[in-house]
Amino acid sequence: MDLWAPIGIALVLAIVPLATTIGEYHLHLLILMLLWGFVYTSWSVMGRFGLVSLGHGAFLGIGAYGVTLLWNHFGLSPWLGAPLSIAAAALFALVIGWPCFRFRITGHYFALVTLAATEIVRLVIVALRDLTGGSLGMTPRTALAEGPVSLWALQFAAKEVWFYIALLVWLGGVFVWRAVDRSMLRYALEAAGQDEDAAASIGVDVTRAKLTITLLSAVMTAAGGVFYAQYQLYIAPETVSGIGISLQIVFAVIAGGMFVQLGPTVGAVFTLALSESLRVAIGHTIPSLDGLIYGFLLVLFIIYMPRGILGQAIALAQRRRLVPATG
Amino acid sequence: MAGIFDVFLLEAVLNGLLFGGILALLALGLNLIFGVIDVVWICYAELVMLGMYTVYFLFSVYGFPLVVAFAVAIALVAALGALLHWLVIRPVLASEPINQLLVTGGVLFFLQAAATVAFGIDFRNLGLSLPSLVVGEIYLPWSRIFAAATALLAMLGVWLFLRRTFLGTAIRAISQDRQIMPLMGVDPDRLYLLTSAIGGGLAGLGACLLVLQYDVHPAIGLSFGPITFMICVMGGLGNLVGGFFAAFLFAQFISVGGFFFHVEWGYVMAFVFFVVVMFWRPQGLFASSGR
Repeated sequence: MDLWAPIGIALVLAIVPLATTIGEYHLHLLILMLLWGFVYTSWSVMGRFGLVSLGHGAFLGIGAYGVTLLWNHFGLSPWLGAPLSIAAAALFALVIGWPCFRFRITGHYFALVTLAATEIVRLVIVALRDLTGGSLGMTPRTALAEGPVSLWALQFAAKEVWFYIALLVWLGGVFVWRAVDRSMLRYALEAAGQDEDAAASIGVDVTRAKLTITLLSAVMTAAGGVFYAQYQLYIAPETVSGIGISLQIVFAVIAGGMFVQLGPTVGAVFTLALSESLRVAIGHTIPSLDGLIYGFLLVLFIIYMPRGILGQAIALAQRRRLVPATG
Repeated sequence: MAGIFDVFLLEAVLNGLLFGGILALLALGLNLIFGVIDVVWICYAELVMLGMYTVYFLFSVYGFPLVVAFAVAIALVAALGALLHWLVIRPVLASEPINQLLVTGGVLFFLQAAATVAFGIDFRNLGLSLPSLVVGEIYLPWSRIFAAATALLAMLGVWLFLRRTFLGTAIRAISQDRQIMPLMGVDPDRLYLLTSAIGGGLAGLGACLLVLQYDVHPAIGLSFGPITFMICVMGGLGNLVGGFFAAFLFAQFISVGGFFFHVEWGYVMAFVFFVVVMFWRPQGLFASSGR
């Protein structure tokens, strides 16, 4: 199921722009769901092992701002800028992660150290306002003046192109999740999550295992930041870094389900559907109403349904299947 | 840049000291709650924000005297603290620690959005401008001096309460051993509720002192919340004295760093310092080796 469900979903989605007259707006929503679904999946790759990072905004921000800064100020193509900024995010993850795991900073402390890390990135972006435009955000220099497609600048005018890119990126993300799920690394990290000393005593290199998964998650998240910047063509410190976005990532994953493959994607669909339907139903007359409902639901989720929407649904389905067999 | 022993540098240091007083007050409330109940209220600064709105509306819109507005704000936020514990924390006390952290993050979203829905995104202030104390070339706003002095008095009050009263002793006892105290006939639920109310009351007092100096808007919690957590962690979570000193250290980074460079760089340096301290002394800068 882990293998075929995402492929099936991807195939069905792939024919949507071809077979239907889906408008620009709905296509835009699908792209956002896929891109955020990818970012949320990237977080849950490590979050599911109890490594609750409140700092993924740092990686997202380094990815998005790195590629845009290199393009705007040095004319460096995203084909080079993306690997460089993703490498920068990986380095940042190493600098924060290695001492954390080496000195066994876990739980609350790990969450708060990563929270500081994401704030550092946000404040540096704001402080370098001569380069980054500060809080006003920045726009990648457009390459679409000459034509609708610029492969060199990785900019495409057509939403359909972005839709297929986002679909592939998302599919890649859920397959990485599956690969981790089936690896030895998973067992090492689950053991370490329960008892670090016991895991170390049977030969698990706890620091190395945690660092590996953190680097993987950081690299994926930074890639998500790159794609987000290239697609939206506008980034601001608050939307790609800092506490706000870091919490948004964590909560969408919790809402969808942290421990199942498609849970983060369900979280992305759920949060985006909630905010968009409220916006359509009520308009802009009441700002932040979606945040109000969202925050309220989150509290309910954590108290009554910590497995999230999809996690709970799968658990219910399995229980139903088990009842006749055992009874 | 002028010499190091500049008047303006001295002013930055003194302002940092005054700012540290308020940060210490905020950290005290958060630390007290962590020390006793073992949860971190991620939404702590949002309670402060609600307190600031309470003062603003009572004083500027409805024309109550400032003292009345302060008293109502402190009482209201104290009640909110108790309510938060009763409705949100109590159901997750037995579940994984990280859930307790995240559930209050949900409350953060909720309160911030609720404030935006109710009050809009406008920046509001009391419109009071208190004079400054002028010593030579140094200007120190009275509002800051008053705030720091009040914060110190409040901290002294909490310390005396914890050391000298029966209830305070019970609170200290339960923070030392959560399993044994119920066997001694202590009702932990009531003590937790009381601690949450005190923590909320301190947030309310912090709100009164902050609203004298800063504009209030729905996202203001994000500018005080992170610093407060860093201070508590650096002082050793739950360590009231450690948090006190860490607050002044942090305030100096922000104030003096902001003096030499730009205010964001002051924050950046403070956060980097925090991360380095975490690696050097993960238990916190002032942690006692015993706990």
